[in-house]
Order: sequence, then C-alpha cells, then structure tokens
Amino acid sequence: MSFYQEYSQFNQLDFNSFFKEVNSADVERVLGKERLTKKDFLTLLSPAASNYLEEMAQQASKLTLQHFGRTMLLYLPLYLADYCVNQCLYCGFSVKNKFERSKLDLTEIEEEAKAIAEKGIKHLLILTGESRKHSPVSYLKESVLLLKEYFPCLSIEVYPLEVAEYQELIAAGVEGLTIYQEVYDQDIYEEVHPDGPKSDYLYRLDAPERGCQAGMRQVNIGALLGLGQWREEAFFAGLHAKYLQDKYLETEVNLSVPRLRPHLGNFQPNSIVGDSQLVQILLAYRLFLPRAGLNLSTRERAELRDNLLPLGITKISAESSTEVGGYAEPQEGTNQFDISDDRDVDEISKLLDNKGYQTVFKNWHRI
Amino acid sequence: MADRLLIGDKELDSRLFTGTGKFANQNLIPETIKAARSQVVTMALRRVNFDSPQQNVINYIPEDCVLLPNTSGARTAEEAVRIARIAEAAGCGNWVKIEVVSDNKYLLPDNQETIKATEILAKEGFVVLPYVSPDLMVAKRLEEVGAAAVMPLGAPIGSNRGLKTKEMVRILIEEIELPIVVDAGIGKPSQAAEAMEMGADAVLVNTAIATAKDPVVMGDAFAAAVEAGRKAYLAGTGAVKKYASASSPLTGFLKEDQG
Repeated sequence: MSFYQEYSQFNQLDFNSFFKEVNSADVERVLGKERLTKKDFLTLLSPAASNYLEEMAQQASKLTLQHFGRTMLLYLPLYLADYCVNQCLYCGFSVKNKFERSKLDLTEIEEEAKAIAEKGIKHLLILTGESRKHSPVSYLKESVLLLKEYFPCLSIEVYPLEVAEYQELIAAGVEGLTIYQEVYDQDIYEEVHPDGPKSDYLYRLDAPERGCQAGMRQVNIGALLGLGQWREEAFFAGLHAKYLQDKYLETEVNLSVPRLRPHLGNFQPNSIVGDSQLVQILLAYRLFLPRAGLNLSTRERAELRDNLLPLGITKISAESSTEVGGYAEPQEGTNQFDISDDRDVDEISKLLDNKGYQTVFKNWHRI
Repeated sequence: MADRLLIGDKELDSRLFTGTGKFANQNLIPETIKAARSQVVTMALRRVNFDSPQQNVINYIPEDCVLLPNTSGARTAEEAVRIARIAEAAGCGNWVKIEVVSDNKYLLPDNQETIKATEILAKEGFVVLPYVSPDLMVAKRLEEVGAAAVMPLGAPIGSNRGLKTKEMVRILIEEIELPIVVDAGIGKPSQAAEAMEMGADAVLVNTAIATAKDPVVMGDAFAAAVEAGRKAYLAGTGAVKKYASASSPLTGFLKEDQG
C-alpha cells in the first residue's frame, strides 16, 4: 500500500465539475462541522470557499491556539552542498545551471554550527542538493554526528533515501525529515523533472512514508505551489499528510506551503498562487488537519509572514541563507532561490513577542 | 485539621497543579502560578533550554513549587524512562509525570507502556505520576507497581471539553487508594469544580489557563473553583435521589405490622 493508490483514485475525479457545483451553502455546512471529510477539505479549496476566508481564519486561529498555544517554533536551514544531478526546470541548483558548486567539509560545518548555535538556534534543518555522488549517506552521517553536539534537534532535506538509510541517519542523531513531492500531478512532474534520479515519481512519493517506517519523529511534506493547479496540488498534499497521520501514529506530520520563487533560470509557473490563494490553502490545511504542524519559510516577504502567523502557522525559519554555508562568513553566492524575509533571529523573536507569541527555540531533548 | 494532599514525601495545600506550555510569554508564568496558588508545576523536559537562563522555563517557576517534569515526546516506556533520568540528572528533582503518547492525532496515552515506565521509575525511587486514559485495571496495576498518584484524562489534551470521562474517573476515585489527579481536557473553572466535587484529589490545568486572554486572572479563577469544589466535597453534597418519595408506598404495610 502506498499513497499512490489514493492519488490514483482521486485523480479520476473531475475537479472542474466538482468545483463548479460547490456553492456557499456547501461551504457553510462544512464550516459548521467538527471533523472534516476529504470531500469537505476539497470544498474548502473551491472557488466558492474563497468568499469565506475570514470565517475560515477565525476557526483556524482558534484551533491552532488550542492545540499549539501561543508559541512558534523557530529553526534555521543550513545548506551543506549544492551539487545536484537533477534537472528540475524550476530550480537554481539544476545541473543545467552552470555555477561553481561547493560542499562544506567537516571543519567548515563546525564553523557554521558554532555561528548558528551562537544565535540560540536549537532546531537545525540540514540540506544538500540531490547528489548521492557528492553528498553520500556517509557524508550526511558524519555531518550529523558533528552537528548533534550543537543542536538537540536535526532534520534533513536531502534526496530520497531507502528505509535502512533513514534508519542509519536516525541512529546518528536525525529526528526529522523534510521532503517535498514538488508536484503531485504526475504528468507535470514528469515534464518538469525530465531526467536524473528525481524523474522517478513513485520513488519520491513514497519517501516520506519510508521516513515514517524508519522511525522519524517528524515528517514534513508539501507541494511547490505554482507547478501544478494549486487547488488540486493542495488537495493531494493534504491527503498525503492525512494518509501518513492515519497510518503512522507515532510520527508528527507537518505541511509546508512553498511558493515558486525567482531563481537562476527562467521557469514560469503553471498556476499563479497569489496571497489570498496561499491563505486559502493554509486555512484549509488547518481545518482539515487540526494537529498537523504548518511551516512557513523565509521565501515569503516579511509583511506577509507577519500576517500569516495567526492563521495556523506553528513553525517558521529565520535569516535563512540558501547558499552553501553562509552563516560563519556570509557572502554573495548562488542561491537555490531568493529569500524574501532576511530578518535575523533576534528580530524575528522580537516580532513574535510583539505579536503575542513565545519563540520556542527548543522543543526536543535528544535521549 | 488542615486538609492536605499527600503525594510522595510532600504535603500540599493546593490542589491545582499547573503547567508551563503554550504561554505567549514566559514572563507571564510566575504571576500566573502565584495567582493559581499552585504548588506543583509541570514542564516538558524537551522544552527546557538549559543553555539560556532567559529561556529556561525552570527559572520562571517559583522556587517553593515542586517541579513536575513530564516526558512529553516519549513514544515508548523506554523513552519515558530515559527522559525522566535526564530530568533528574539535570536537577529537576525526583518527581515525574509519565506521558507516553504514540498517537499524534488525539495525543491519547499508551496505558501499557505507561505502566512499564512507572514500574521501572518507581523502583528507582522516583515519585511517579502517570498520565492515563481512565481504566480501573490500569489504575490497579499502577497502584501495584508503585505509582504515587494516578492522573486520568478528563478529555484529550488541549481539547477544553471538560470531564467527558466522568463515569470512569468516578470509579477510579471510588476504587483506588492513590490520589486521583484529573489531568487534561478541563477547559473551564466550573469543570474543575465538578471534578473536585465528585472527590478528585486535585486537577492539572494548563491549556485553559495559558491560552486565556488573561492567564493570571484565569489562574485565580481556577484556584477559586478548585477550592470551592474541594470544600463542597468535604461538606458532603446533598444526595441526589434516584427516585421520588412514593405517595402510595409499597412497603407501608411493614409499619402497620410493626405498630
């Protein structure tokens, strides 16, 4: 059993006719319910529901407060390497983009770790470009063994691995896995990933599940908004999260809402996700999955991030550098994408305080 | 005679246990605990930031309170045991609230694993307060393996639904010698009073206080409700009659016979 079965089943659905038939009464009925079905979730992603964003926001905000309190977890990403063998048409790290690639050695990783730990950060997300050759599991493991001395919680965002490989990294000190399907629509997926290992749709789709099977404490998934039709993409990402939540009770499931950002190259989005569409997606996620973590990165601009906070967000990143390293000695390098919010840890923490949130730096103690 | 609650080696005047999670600002914690007149305060070890005096939640808990580190995040008995030992080694004392939750949707406790962890830690000398779904046989087992109290949930954590498990908790109160501390689900002071009126020894409230518009005032409100409920229990609430006094008694003839 894989989420692919569920994807295939719902993919038969005529989304356009469904959305055409949804009216305000349907949306209101869903808003009166306590537990939402998959069909209810889709109703909240409909054009008709876009007139109910305020009502949805009130409910989402209340649910989030109830389950997560007035707190926000803060984390930082660290890019270890930008070597990549894939050809994602929308990404600055694509092998087709020519720039000088780099990879941190253990001494450099330790310098970055010290600089980041100095800021008070406890949750670190480590990333690499997708290249088994340049960033093999052995390299990830050595990095983790070193970084765990500085951070009580480590997550990885790397190329998809086998269950045994995830287990090896968990044993070394990894708690969380982030892996985005990018686009659930299989046709578009194959189009935008024309070659390289990432062109294997199924292997990527099952990666979060392999992470759960390996015993990850947290798994974070998402659709890269803009690649496919956003209502359907958000629907499948939400269903995928629910599938994992239902099947792997011990894993905390999180969703991210990354939107396509400008980057090296000139890919144009297939569907434009404006701010109000982003809000609708976030709210639908929260109402459908009251206990899922919702994650907001520095891809979004500062002002928008501030306004999105009370709508269901539970985790945010700060002063992210999307170049390799970049904390010990910041420099102008090649970024995976441009970030929009460059406020530092102290600024974000003050902002959260002003907005009535406690910044949570530490939410895990390695045992 | 003073009405004190005995748990482990401590005699407590307050029957309202509070928590430290979900506050908008940790600076609110000391004043809230003071207003709640709480003497036992729980905190998740995983949240304790020992590296930063400003962030370390322990520094916000008044010194005369008993620290009740909890094992939030533990998925098995073994993980709970490890967390408890880390907490003790870090100077959090020898009280521990066992939370073994391997269900991330409702956050319901795993009773079997909780019994295992309680047995191990009680043997090691911990004062163990296990958080469980109310179940008589589980509570009996906890009693046998050395728990210091039993903490049945009133409703799922953070749900503010009140005493949904009332009948099951009532049975624990009747049948279990250990103190019964109703933990989780209590959303309003009236629900805390309800638990105390029926004979619970204490309640633990976090979400309803921490996420209130004014946590300090809400802490005070809960303290008053817990005190009122306890007094009512001690005073003996009037018996609720299950039947009306019949106007044509069926056993009237017995009186005639006797008279």
